[in-house]
Amino acid sequence: MSAHTGTGSRGSAAVLRRLTARYRRQAPGEPRAVGYLYVLPALAVFGVFLLWPLGQTAWLSLLHWDGLTRASWAGLDNYRDLLTDPALRAPFAHAAVLLLFYAVLPVAIGLLLTAALTRFRIRGMTFFRTVLFLPQVLAMVVVGVAWRAVLAPEGLLNDTLSAVGLGGLTRSWLGDDTWALPAVGTVGTWVETGLCLVLFLAGAQRIPRELYEAARIDGAGPVREFFTVTLPGLRAEVAVALTLTLVAALRNFDLIYITTSGGPGNATSVPAYEVYRRAFESGEVGSASAMGITLTAVIFALTMVVTRLVEGRRR
Amino acid sequence: MKAHRHHRRGRSCIVLGALLLAAACVPGTDGSGAAGSQGAAATAIPDPGKAGKVTLTVWDQQTRGGANAQIERLNKEFEHKYPNVTIKRVARSFNDLKKTLKLALSGDNPPDVVQANQGYSDMVAFARAGMLTPLDSYAGLYSWNTRFPQTLLNLNRVSPDGKQFGTGQLYGISQEGEYIGVYYNKKVLRKAGLEPPRTWQDLTGALPKLKKAGELPIQFGNLDKYPAIHTFGVLQGQAAGSAEPVRETVFGRGGGFDTEPTRKAARTLADWAEKGYFPKGANGKGYDDAAKQFADGKGAFLITGTWQLADLRKPMGDDLGFMPPPPAEGRQPVTTGGEGLPWSITSKSDHPEVAAAYLDFLTDAHASKVMTEEGVLPIVPGKAAKQLDPDEADGQMFAGWQRLNAADGLVPYLDYTTPTFYDTLSADLQGVLSGKLSPGDLATRMQKEYAEFRARQRTGSEDEG
Repeated sequence: MSAHTGTGSRGSAAVLRRLTARYRRQAPGEPRAVGYLYVLPALAVFGVFLLWPLGQTAWLSLLHWDGLTRASWAGLDNYRDLLTDPALRAPFAHAAVLLLFYAVLPVAIGLLLTAALTRFRIRGMTFFRTVLFLPQVLAMVVVGVAWRAVLAPEGLLNDTLSAVGLGGLTRSWLGDDTWALPAVGTVGTWVETGLCLVLFLAGAQRIPRELYEAARIDGAGPVREFFTVTLPGLRAEVAVALTLTLVAALRNFDLIYITTSGGPGNATSVPAYEVYRRAFESGEVGSASAMGITLTAVIFALTMVVTRLVEGRRR
Repeated sequence: MKAHRHHRRGRSCIVLGALLLAAACVPGTDGSGAAGSQGAAATAIPDPGKAGKVTLTVWDQQTRGGANAQIERLNKEFEHKYPNVTIKRVARSFNDLKKTLKLALSGDNPPDVVQANQGYSDMVAFARAGMLTPLDSYAGLYSWNTRFPQTLLNLNRVSPDGKQFGTGQLYGISQEGEYIGVYYNKKVLRKAGLEPPRTWQDLTGALPKLKKAGELPIQFGNLDKYPAIHTFGVLQGQAAGSAEPVRETVFGRGGGFDTEPTRKAARTLADWAEKGYFPKGANGKGYDDAAKQFADGKGAFLITGTWQLADLRKPMGDDLGFMPPPPAEGRQPVTTGGEGLPWSITSKSDHPEVAAAYLDFLTDAHASKVMTEEGVLPIVPGKAAKQLDPDEADGQMFAGWQRLNAADGLVPYLDYTTPTFYDTLSADLQGVLSGKLSPGDLATRMQKEYAEFRARQRTGSEDEG
């Protein structure tokens, strides 16, 4: 027994020596393997709750499965359908339109307001910031229910239009084949603009005043000032805002579910809604999984592009 | 699962092993429970009183006013009758139940009694996966086969191979009857100088007159997509003149949808939308909003199901009238309708006999009386129904139900036709209403979806020999 412990401690001493020798060769502060140990708990949780289900979904996407009876092998059929079936391609096209409303417009409006607000001091700024940020705090379901009432045929929007003599513009916003998607998109713009603005305002405060003064001494007008000082100074914030809004646009589900259920016809069906509908309602789990995996890949690719475009140049 | 087999191979085969492991993990049951299993072979009416201490877990969707009240009453009475039985009730809205039921049933410990929706994506799928107990032996013991009309019992049947709906083994029984009818506001009709319609011609003739008088002829909200299926079903039944052709098609043995009545119904729907008999932008108005506005006096007619009666009755009182869609002169009424969600017994239930007694208790003559008292329409209205005032909406609803059943005038919900029929039809009907899809194209598309599903079903049965 004692002999064993003896060899054991001698062995571990050797290991320890080898380890210390290895670390002595490294420059101080260089990453050490022990770092992985610290990451391990988080990685385990990440693996169990994210990577494992992701792998499972990838596996399901290769099957034909109704959710109950024995599944059969599909290979890449489900993915092929995504490319060939117009009913499956349309949701991605709608998501692309929503990108404009969820990401591009809020970032543009946010930048515009930031440029204006940095030039003029406004009293009660905290109040406006809070109000503009409020949609972010509300649950999307609440937002959906409220906007459904606003956009109804006899809703607030149409009433207001009629009251100011624009009765000709009134329509059934959520029931109109052309206007339903922009109407839902506008709700997205309303939700995301506050987030962008608050991010940009915080970022703008970090831009040194001297830069603005220098620009003005050099005779720059508001437009020039925006493009040479404000925009470059907000590069990191723009990246964050774009990433957040992009993801929000593409995984948009709750708003569609509450307001239109993908209608009229399929005019507002989006990938996330289609995933849910196929998996839980029509029992096409394989097809739903393929769509989910594709959506994940698209989101991943787009965020990579944003990071490269906006942040990459700094390196 | 055969996972342990793959571990011996060593590291070189890890990739292959992972694939094989995955292959052994093909999800789902093999459905062996579907064919052959006849449920518990009960031979005499079981006595739940002798079953010992039993907790019966029941998932239902009777969350609306009267429906909820009658279940609460009946549950209490059942527990009182059999003190050894405790009922653990889980009530969820229809949509919530539909979504969670699949997961609950595939678990190891499902509820004993569930309300599973009829049709391919629910009851047929569950039956095929062997998750529900066939009730045929109980149906014999409790004489359910004579208690309910055959056409309604058929809605709860699934063929032994688990493919066909509307025939085969019985997997559930329903409590209440329901049908799509025409609600009318007597006050609005009077204002326009009109009588409640007696025939279909009266109804269609009233529409332009109401429009001229500045009233909205038919209140209608189709943002939720399903209401148009009901309206269309009424028009289709009317155009066909009898329930049988469309009913047979829904059950997969009829002449399909590319027929003149289907095209005519689609034309009428498009016509009504174009002429402004429906509110402008109906595709953007919620179903509940439309019902509320009808109750507020906006609209002379509302075409929807019997389930809406109690909610309309409260605010409208005696102004409210209700009838099955009035038939053409000299014809019998036809409409979309059927029965409430069937109550089924899960195959993993430890107390199928107590559950069967519970099902019987929920649908017997006494239950009919309780339902009638709570304003719910039982499939077999008993004596209590005769005491209702025939001129009031409740009495009209009961009388209409009996007339429809006597005339065999019920067409099942069209969305039972294929697993995806609800989605395609509801989307296409929104198209017809907005003018984007022509009435002729609707019939063609319905037929295509129907024919494709039938073809898939046929090749599916050949594959399995």
